[in-house]
Amino acid sequence: MAEAQTSSVDLVVIGAGPAGARAALRAQACGLDVLLVDENPDAGGQVWRPLPLGFSRAGDASPSPEAVQGDALRAEVRKSGVRCLFGHKVWNVGSGLRIDLIGPDGVVSWQPRAVLVATGTTERVLPFPGWTQPGVIGLAAATILLKSQNMLPGRRTLVAGTGPLLLAVANGILKAGGEVAAVLDLASRRDWLRTLPSLAARPDLLWQGAQWQIALRKAGVPVLYRHGIESVEAVAGGLRIRARQVDGAGAPVASASSRVFEADAVAAGHGLVPGTDVTRLLRARHRYDAARGGWIADADAEGRTSLAGVYVAGDGAGIAGAAAAGAHGEMAAVACAFDLGRLSARDHARERDRLSAQWRKPARFGRAMAGLMALKQGAVAGIPPATVVCRCEDVTRAEIDAAARDGARDVNQLKAWTRCGMGPCQGRTCSDVAGALLAAHVGSREAAGCFTGRAPLRPVSLAEVAGDYTYADIPIPKAAPL
Amino acid sequence: MSDTSRSSAGYDAVVIGGGVMGCSTALHLAQGGMRVAVVDRGPLCREASGVNAGTLTLHMTRAALVPYAMRAWQMWMDAEKWLGMGVLATHVPGLTLAFTEAECELVELRAKARREYGAPIEVITPARAREIEPGVHPGLLKAGYCDIDGFASAYLTGRAFRHALVGAGVDVIENAAVESIDSGDAGHTVRFSAASGRASLKAARIVLAGGVWIENMLAWLGVQIPIKVLINQLIVTERIRPVMRTVLSVANGLLSLKQFANGTVLIGGGWQGEGDRDRGGLEARPQNLVGNMRLAAYAVPALAEARIARIWLGLEAETADAMPIIGDVPGVPRAFVVGSAHSGYTSGPFMGRIMAQHILGQQPDLPLFDPARLLGMPMPGA
Repeated sequence: MAEAQTSSVDLVVIGAGPAGARAALRAQACGLDVLLVDENPDAGGQVWRPLPLGFSRAGDASPSPEAVQGDALRAEVRKSGVRCLFGHKVWNVGSGLRIDLIGPDGVVSWQPRAVLVATGTTERVLPFPGWTQPGVIGLAAATILLKSQNMLPGRRTLVAGTGPLLLAVANGILKAGGEVAAVLDLASRRDWLRTLPSLAARPDLLWQGAQWQIALRKAGVPVLYRHGIESVEAVAGGLRIRARQVDGAGAPVASASSRVFEADAVAAGHGLVPGTDVTRLLRARHRYDAARGGWIADADAEGRTSLAGVYVAGDGAGIAGAAAAGAHGEMAAVACAFDLGRLSARDHARERDRLSAQWRKPARFGRAMAGLMALKQGAVAGIPPATVVCRCEDVTRAEIDAAARDGARDVNQLKAWTRCGMGPCQGRTCSDVAGALLAAHVGSREAAGCFTGRAPLRPVSLAEVAGDYTYADIPIPKAAPL
Repeated sequence: MSDTSRSSAGYDAVVIGGGVMGCSTALHLAQGGMRVAVVDRGPLCREASGVNAGTLTLHMTRAALVPYAMRAWQMWMDAEKWLGMGVLATHVPGLTLAFTEAECELVELRAKARREYGAPIEVITPARAREIEPGVHPGLLKAGYCDIDGFASAYLTGRAFRHALVGAGVDVIENAAVESIDSGDAGHTVRFSAASGRASLKAARIVLAGGVWIENMLAWLGVQIPIKVLINQLIVTERIRPVMRTVLSVANGLLSLKQFANGTVLIGGGWQGEGDRDRGGLEARPQNLVGNMRLAAYAVPALAEARIARIWLGLEAETADAMPIIGDVPGVPRAFVVGSAHSGYTSGPFMGRIMAQHILGQQPDLPLFDPARLLGMPMPGA
């Protein structure tokens, strides 16, 4: 790595989902020299997920709308000639915006004038007893299995959580020939009805939702509203799932009796949390916004953060959905082109207003869905004491509460005292729930704060960073004083 | 905060800076019968005292500080007894590795110097070293060996000290940034700002224990003593299979390696990153990350397979003569300073104890390090 060349470029876009890919295309059209990077083998992100290398859709007679849209985006990126580094993980971003990546051929570094962060979201799972055992996966993980390789999570899967992914995953399983034991939705029918006005703008999605409902009814799948998972335990031949009714805040209703289901897989997810690893590492200013998924970089409407040259776009900037992400990405690209002097004030204003109008409708829908998926306080309060919250380090809710009682006032102190968030995922999985648990002791999410960002953004091996060397190649500094 | 009710009555001592040395000083003062408060601009032990490599070694301690470090080593091992809560202090042997002829000489020289101050370090053959540490590189030529070595999990330091301080009746005032001190015949007024607004404490005595920020603290009292800031890089791996069972360093001291019971391996040694006193640690220097990782993976080849989980920076203080600053603040009655010891974490609890002994009018177990010697002493290389 020490020998690796650093190449210069105007803009590096991190993440090639709908926001990042559209941002890169637009930035290039504005005359910027752009590099688009993603750890996946092609563009598309989570919603328009590319197939793994060596796979093709040749045999798929009726590809999903998402597959079709994703293929169109990938074709457009290829045709545009935008420089792409797929299969590369960004493991560090320096304060001077130097981007360190690791790919199949080792480490490479790029030095852009600006960076646009479009890193999407991480799935939130509200911990329940048994959530860390084999056979229990996230809803988003289930969509990866289904979309990228047409794989079922199990023969018979229980689907639980919140938000539009519930129906999408349940139907994806049915379509792929699997069984669905039940769908448990923390939201009520009325919660869903409240999102109808925003859906009016998307008759296509309304239609799709109705089709999904019909398919579930036809297959005889029980759909339980205002229900959550009480526990999952391994039994001979599979998993036993206890479901319990919850109240409007997501808290289990003690008086209700639990219902028992048998399955060999559970797909559970409780919304999405914006991916802020890069902006936290760079020490940009952040704010807490529950309705948009949690902690997000403090940014203007065009994605300018508190740091010069650092932009955010798409769901990672605050959840507004994949359909809105493209326009948001383009808005940030146009802002960046203007800031770098490649676009006149008049052209910038015109494009910004046009893109903003294009963004508004889908964003209204996306934000309604984000509201449905927002963290429910009652559900957090109802996590049993012995349940693991940080699965990398096996830190339980009781240990988090004990640290708070001992005087831990913010999540970084909590991390030091309990190891919560110290594992390989760097707190991506547990930080939102751990923050909510601590906030109950210290008064607010703002007071509890968010984890300080640290390199590496993705784990990287010593061998990869060290490269080939002999002892003589190690630039050993002069000895410490004796 | 209970400080406002206390402030009218006043404290016997207010310690500014809640790292290891400040906390240990405060605890020993309270145990000596004083009414004490600790004020820190952040939470306790979240700067150097909570983010260092936790090495409890004599191999990297300055030779003249060996007697201090040996006493402190015992205090760490006994932490549960006197703090009521441990820091996972673990006793394992320590080795200093030599891979070249020049390093062999250095190992001999440094072992001899530290032996003169009482460190039980002997120089051993590679065969013997591999019996003690099978994971070490086969190209080893010689090693310094010391049974008194080990490590703690530094991130637990704040929790343990907070527990002990609260138990001893010390007022712990966190997230309160001291802005000025007025000193007069009636004592000191310590003014600070916190989330709840500005407040002040009255103190018969003050103790400055601010690590690299001691320079700024002394300036509040009109005293100019330069303190150098080292920006040390630290690297920790994911949990991996057992690959080592000792604390390892290299001849010139620029590596520290240990594997914790949880399987993670911590790589330190004082390779420098970017940062300064005002902004703290900013980021690692890529070439120094590469150098540090190469050295680590050379010393223990099995480490090459490990993945890095996290990289961070910690600030270490150094005086002009690289010796501690512990004693009376020159020219300011009833004001004291404790800090800037090389390998300060290792020696920290003991340095706090002798500081407290001096303030309580007792004979310190070992001599202090008079701050007045540093007045006007130029910083080497400055």
